[in-house]
Amino acid sequence: MNGVFDPARWRPAPFLPASDSRDSSLVFVVAVLCFLACLTALGVLASDRAAAGWSRQLTGEMTVIVRPKATETPDSAAARAAETLAGVEGVAEARALEREKAEALIAPWLGDAADLADLPVPRLVAVTLEREAPANAEALERALRARGLDAVVDDHSTWLEDIQRGAAIARWIGLGVFLLIAAAAAAVIAFATRAGLAARREVVEVLHLAGAEDVFIARLFQARFARIAALAGAIGASAAAVLGAGLRLAGGGDGLTPVLPVAWTDLLAVLPCPLAAALVAAAAARLTATSLIRELS
Amino acid sequence: MSRNPYADEALDADDAVVRFDDVSMRYGRAPETLKDLTFSLPQGSFHFVTGASGAGKTSLLKLIYLAARPSKGLLHLFGQDVEQAPDDIRPFLRRRIGVVYQEFRLLDHLSAFDNVAVPLRIAGHKPDSYRQDIAELMAWVGLRERMHAYPPTLAGGEKQRLAIARAVVGRPDILLADEPTGNVDHEMGLRILRLFLELNRLGTTVLIATHDQDLVARSGKPIIHLEDGRLVHMGPLSPAGRA
Repeated sequence: MNGVFDPARWRPAPFLPASDSRDSSLVFVVAVLCFLACLTALGVLASDRAAAGWSRQLTGEMTVIVRPKATETPDSAAARAAETLAGVEGVAEARALEREKAEALIAPWLGDAADLADLPVPRLVAVTLEREAPANAEALERALRARGLDAVVDDHSTWLEDIQRGAAIARWIGLGVFLLIAAAAAAVIAFATRAGLAARREVVEVLHLAGAEDVFIARLFQARFARIAALAGAIGASAAAVLGAGLRLAGGGDGLTPVLPVAWTDLLAVLPCPLAAALVAAAAARLTATSLIRELS
Repeated sequence: MSRNPYADEALDADDAVVRFDDVSMRYGRAPETLKDLTFSLPQGSFHFVTGASGAGKTSLLKLIYLAARPSKGLLHLFGQDVEQAPDDIRPFLRRRIGVVYQEFRLLDHLSAFDNVAVPLRIAGHKPDSYRQDIAELMAWVGLRERMHAYPPTLAGGEKQRLAIARAVVGRPDILLADEPTGNVDHEMGLRILRLFLELNRLGTTVLIATHDQDLVARSGKPIIHLEDGRLVHMGPLSPAGRA
């Protein structure tokens, strides 16, 4: 401003400085924590989807091992089994796998030395169950026995319980980590807000002694720190969303890895972050300002 | 416990805007800074608070501008017992008191003009109703050319005059000043005294803590003399110029 000051053109300046060098470090810390919290939220959503997918696959499919009798070929036994199973209520599809696929499954255990052509390799029938009312293993076994087929139904139950338990643990661990990071972010936001406000104690004192009401002063700081935290939250959330989008683009439908399949809709989870950060900062600023004013009184 | 010989006479005054009744004050668990003060300031009175450093002058002012609470006794402001007053009343009591702090307490991020406007903005006045008054007041305290300046760029005397302008801009009922001429030259000291006398003539009760015996002598106004936190004299300065 030059030396000529025109009172007629004067407009009141904000009681708090428009910007402060201390704000940049507050923005950085809050943005990093919001980024980590959002990233964890995306991880939780992806792991939850992965766990649900594993469970769905295991409960929606069964494998039937068909051992041909001397009176028929393996291929015809497998075909008869598939035809039988397809007619069972609760079965969506039953498909006999080719000999090559069955051989491929056991090859890792036998190695290259064995000539699989000489072995009586059992044939497999892949059964896809109806989602709403799936058939159980007993029903399949009953139908196979009725047609005189020698077969074993593997309903994956041996795996299912472990997989579901593992998925549940992964889900809870993810949720726990998210809550911890979110709580840490909230605590740091509150702490940084308190530190920032304590640094402006002089402003609080002057306004207080000039007759400003407590709620007036508290609102000034509340609005100020809420704005800073919202900006930092937006930066952190945006960075997490960009990273999530990168994973989705790099890995297609499965995300970067099938273990953590990111969906586009997951990115919406970061949207509440700026608001949550602003609310935490506003509450912390209000509490701190109020206690500071109480000390002055 | 000894009592101020002027106390009874003062307490009888119905128009007292400040009344101390056996008031003591301490900071935390420290020994009492002020001890058993009893006096009152009638509306429109003008007093200096004198005493050596550490006698309790600043603490006395703090009690009146509600930055500290008595540890004992009753303090009335504008007829209101401040300890019994609801918390939401205290800001409104403060608005009736203008204070020139010894350390100025200016807001460095606000221009000189904005600093002076603080009490009026807090009181809810619209800028159009006071911008011209502030400009005239700042010209009067010799800051016409410094209205846009920020406190860190002001000299000590300029800061002091700015603090005075902020204290008086709202035409307070009580004006308190803690060493208001400590950083200004003799001429400006006299101008400030004339400003305080003019405000007093308009009805403002004035209480000034000072070491400046010459200022006190020139004004001809009575003193409240403190020694070690006790009120030892309230009345005219003795002819020798000392309490």
